[in-house]
Amino acid sequence: MGILDRFFKKKKEEKESLWTKCPECKTILYMPELSANLKVCPKCNYHFPMSAKERVESLLDENAQLLFENILPKDPLRFKDTKPYKDRLKQAQEDTGLSEALVVVRGNLKDIHVVLAVMDFNFIGGSMGSVVGERFYRACKLCANEELPLISVITSGGARMQEGILSLMQMAKTSIGVGFLREKGVPYITVLTDPTMGGVSASFAFLGDVIMAEPKSLIGFAGPRVIEQTIKQQLPEGFQRAEFLLEKGMIDIVVHRKELKDTLYKLLSMATYWKRFNLTAL
Amino acid sequence: MVLEFEKDYLELYQKVDQLKRIYKLGNKEKEEELRKLQRELRKKAKELYRKLDPWDRVLLARHSQRPHTLDYINMIFRNFIELHGDRCFGDDRSIVAGFAYFESMPVAVIGHEKGKSTKEKMERNFGMPHPEGYRKAIRVAKLAEKYHMPVITFVDTPGAYPGIGAEERGQSEAIAESLYTFGYLKVPSVAVVIGEGGSGGALALAVANRVLMFENAIYSVISPEGCAAILWKDQSKVKEASLALKLTAQDLLRLGVIDYIVPEPLGASHIDPVRSARVLKYFLRKCIKQLLSKNTEEILRERIEKFGSMGVFLEQ
Repeated sequence: MGILDRFFKKKKEEKESLWTKCPECKTILYMPELSANLKVCPKCNYHFPMSAKERVESLLDENAQLLFENILPKDPLRFKDTKPYKDRLKQAQEDTGLSEALVVVRGNLKDIHVVLAVMDFNFIGGSMGSVVGERFYRACKLCANEELPLISVITSGGARMQEGILSLMQMAKTSIGVGFLREKGVPYITVLTDPTMGGVSASFAFLGDVIMAEPKSLIGFAGPRVIEQTIKQQLPEGFQRAEFLLEKGMIDIVVHRKELKDTLYKLLSMATYWKRFNLTAL
Repeated sequence: MVLEFEKDYLELYQKVDQLKRIYKLGNKEKEEELRKLQRELRKKAKELYRKLDPWDRVLLARHSQRPHTLDYINMIFRNFIELHGDRCFGDDRSIVAGFAYFESMPVAVIGHEKGKSTKEKMERNFGMPHPEGYRKAIRVAKLAEKYHMPVITFVDTPGAYPGIGAEERGQSEAIAESLYTFGYLKVPSVAVVIGEGGSGGALALAVANRVLMFENAIYSVISPEGCAAILWKDQSKVKEASLALKLTAQDLLRLGVIDYIVPEPLGASHIDPVRSARVLKYFLRKCIKQLLSKNTEEILRERIEKFGSMGVFLEQ
């Protein structure tokens, strides 16, 4: 049982089997063992998607505190495609036990107090609507005011179409939020996980001081299918994967999930060192 | 290109135009007929353009004869000097940028340009920028800040270009950095959606103190085609998608995303670009006048508050 259970509502009872198959190497894996291994395939290092809850537990200590849960989604456009947006929201909330696609938590990463903003792909594709924007914006304000480092762990298909233009505006809003951190010299680190696309990628994800990514994560602005349709040719192997972006100079580090916590700690302890001890280099 | 719903109107328009010319040559007998036709034309236009549905507006916004950024620059500004390149990779011709006089005031002008002829459209990549386009925009905006010039942007793009090179050179990073730069610009800024405001590629030039939108322009998080394909799983549901997305100027004003709607002449901007430009000039003058009365701090705070309060949610 996870330490954060009291913060997250119980997920709907799932008839989850105890076994799963690695999509990469096709090995049959025992679920509890996989979870203990941070959802990384022990055979081929395939990184299974992690829920927001699992992610928080993997990075922060026990006494973490959930923030901004009082901000909840609405349906401003009364959007309806094959299904009303309201129903989609309800369904997503039931399926994930989350109130929205972004969870903001404040807690300790070893001995550094940080704020962590984590996305969950199972909540309507980790898409960014007004609530994701507002929660992130408030996290930025909080971090700027209290000079706390902000880490965001991202997985998203992009802006949430069901909120129309308002979701597009969240790109501007979150980018302005990052500005508060830049102004105050507060570290802002982003971890891009599979997948990080569209409006989220082109706003707060790529505004990190340091941008990390999990191995083989799909990262980009336009989706590979859209690109293929536009240019009418096949995309090269490994295109838009984390390693490809590293080679092109678009991200700083590709980090294995097992080393993520240590890497973040290492980086943050250096980035906050001078401030913590009230020193200046000059 | 003539759209289905504007056929009748255009026929009548041409007739009136012909008569007007004859009348001006001194044929006073035609006066009665001309007046009658003009009345009829106005009535027809009102009827036609009142009942436009969002999809019709999408077609109008993409109309090939609709005035583009360079048309407005030529009609509204003087002494335009275009600046090129991102100092890094190349010059993206789908974004034009430079300095010009607005009335007697030097300003920076930046905008998407789709191009007119087929050849020009190709050169300008149909107004779909690569990262270097946004980096050029950032560079010129920063220069404007250095020279204390107001910045005026024109938005008219189907979206940022989805291609291999664009991704390799960091389309996401370029757009994100553009959002940040325009968000924190220390000089007054006005953005005008003149045609198609397509997603992040449009927003990258539309973070400004005042956001204006032409009456028949559209501004959306995704194209109706894209939305139909993803949510309806059916490319033909574009009408439903364009209705659901709330992408017209009237919708956006209601949602608080834009500040003013710039009215278009009867029959939309492509029928009378000169008139369109004159109306836009009036609105630009008004906005700049409002903004010039504020100091840097107010300009910055106002813009941050404007975009910081975007969104609709429940707070318990």
